[in-house]
Amino acid sequence: MKRNVLPGLHLSLGITLFYVGLIVVLPLSALVFKAASLGPAEYWSIVSSPRAVASYRVTAFSALIATLFNLVFGLALAWVLTRYRFPGRRIIDAMVDLPFALPTAVAGISLTALFSSNGWFGSVLSEAGIKVAYTPIGIMIAMCFTSLPFIVRTVQPVLEDLDPALEEAAQSLGGSDWTIFRKVILPLLTPALLAGLSLSFARSLGEFGAIIFIAGNQPMSTEITALLIFIRLEEYDYQAAAAIASVLLLTAFAMLAVTNWLQSRALRYTVKG
Amino acid sequence: MEIRLDNVVKTFDTFRAVHGVSLTVQSGELIALLGPSGSGKTTILRMVAGLEYADGGHIYFGDQDATDIPVRDRGVGFVFQHYALFPHMTVGENIGFGMSVSKVKRSKAEIVARVNQLLKLVRLEGLGDRFPAQISGGQRQRVALARALSVDPKVLLLDEPFGALDANVRHDLRRWLREIHDELGITTIFVTHDQEEALDLADRVVILKDGKIVQQGTPQEVCRDPKNAFVLKFLGDANRLTGEVRDRQAHVAGVAVAAAEGVADGPAEIYARPRDLDWSAAGPGVPASVARVLDRPGERRVIATASTGEPLEFDVDAERDIFAGEQGFVTLRRAKVFALG
Repeated sequence: MKRNVLPGLHLSLGITLFYVGLIVVLPLSALVFKAASLGPAEYWSIVSSPRAVASYRVTAFSALIATLFNLVFGLALAWVLTRYRFPGRRIIDAMVDLPFALPTAVAGISLTALFSSNGWFGSVLSEAGIKVAYTPIGIMIAMCFTSLPFIVRTVQPVLEDLDPALEEAAQSLGGSDWTIFRKVILPLLTPALLAGLSLSFARSLGEFGAIIFIAGNQPMSTEITALLIFIRLEEYDYQAAAAIASVLLLTAFAMLAVTNWLQSRALRYTVKG
Repeated sequence: MEIRLDNVVKTFDTFRAVHGVSLTVQSGELIALLGPSGSGKTTILRMVAGLEYADGGHIYFGDQDATDIPVRDRGVGFVFQHYALFPHMTVGENIGFGMSVSKVKRSKAEIVARVNQLLKLVRLEGLGDRFPAQISGGQRQRVALARALSVDPKVLLLDEPFGALDANVRHDLRRWLREIHDELGITTIFVTHDQEEALDLADRVVILKDGKIVQQGTPQEVCRDPKNAFVLKFLGDANRLTGEVRDRQAHVAGVAVAAAEGVADGPAEIYARPRDLDWSAAGPGVPASVARVLDRPGERRVIATASTGEPLEFDVDAERDIFAGEQGFVTLRRAKVFALG
């Protein structure tokens, strides 16, 4: 057997498994256990109640829009940061991580202040007839803010490692800029984009702090699933909270599984044969 | 297609990479740009391709001024040093890429037929469905060549085509590239820092130093008549002795060597290849003592020190007995003399 720098498979595997069990599996199984203590009929009536379904719809839809927006904007940002040298580049590069570092509640409060009808942006937008705060658009903006770093940080290293000779080769073969982007660069970025996309979407599904300040939290229209779970907890209805949370958990799981599968398909070409 | 460079200049930031290079490549010729790193050879190749733009001077393709034509319209085939194959495309898709993005529309079947034809040309039949990661370095190089040829280029440009391959593969591919060139007759320029590769493969060798052409000519011309000490040393191992020229004779440690016409009287350098030195126990010759003997498959390489203090390397027969510490004399069978300074 090959000698590794870090010794002891048994010890390191044991510690790793113990930690994964303690930190990830235990809370999740408690959640599933709690939800399972409901009967099937009761479980179904809770997770399919109109208020819950409305919350899934607004959460998933907003997360989708926010993720798609970040896909485009995050890719553009990563492109500019890797391909161009300009004064202030390093500052912008550092600022990309701010949504990670900032407490999400702080972000939520600042976004609300900016986008409420008397805020800097909100006052301009409301003149144009667009209302952001206390609408689903506000939710999307909060989600965009908190999940932006995922796409940038997953795409950036791949873009940095992309051999410039690939683009030159495609040019010498007569490819137009758009063709080269579509047929050479984009396929090579796809695995990273998928990874960033799934992280960004999962984060948006579960985001709480940044959203509740700007969303208005009207049941049936701007109430996100995470908030509904919180409300059920406040009401000491742990089973209902767990039931709704299990839906969120399942969605996130399914989504990660699909992106993992897509990713391995996109990386077929790296398999040695 | 004849390629003509007219006083081409290229500067990167403050570093001048190419100083006024003028060069004509005949249609159908195979030319090597040979020089050490930093000599500007790759920059010249990239300017011919249109991957870099010249700051001054002109590049002509036939009668057309191609200086400002972008790479995608210039009609060149470029083979990159590390192949630059598209990793997410199969070998066949790589070769077909140029045809599929071309303004000239071809049917799927036409492209497949041409890809198969090119695969056959580079002797990779049956590998069309593999990904680049699944084939060897030598095979990748051949895919890169097939891809470059797929667009029917007017000129084929190769940047250190064999630099990343091991010695055996390199040797075979060199012969093979020459065969392909003879078969297709396409004007070809390649860049190398390996003098053996340049001499083996090219019709004409252009030797560069510090962004300037030092000498150009057939392999025979540059080998037999190097213009200066740089060319001579760059083309192969050489011993250097310093001496004095008087009346077209160079004198060193009591030995006289004929100097070419035009070498001024005064201090001079004398260069001789290891094969052109002979060793004898008795004089005449330059007195020397043997420092080491290195055994090689075909001969014995002797490293000695001349009485002038200069190191000498030469070859003796494989059977010859010669020992470290032995004293003797070295004679110069053939040598080149250049004035110093």
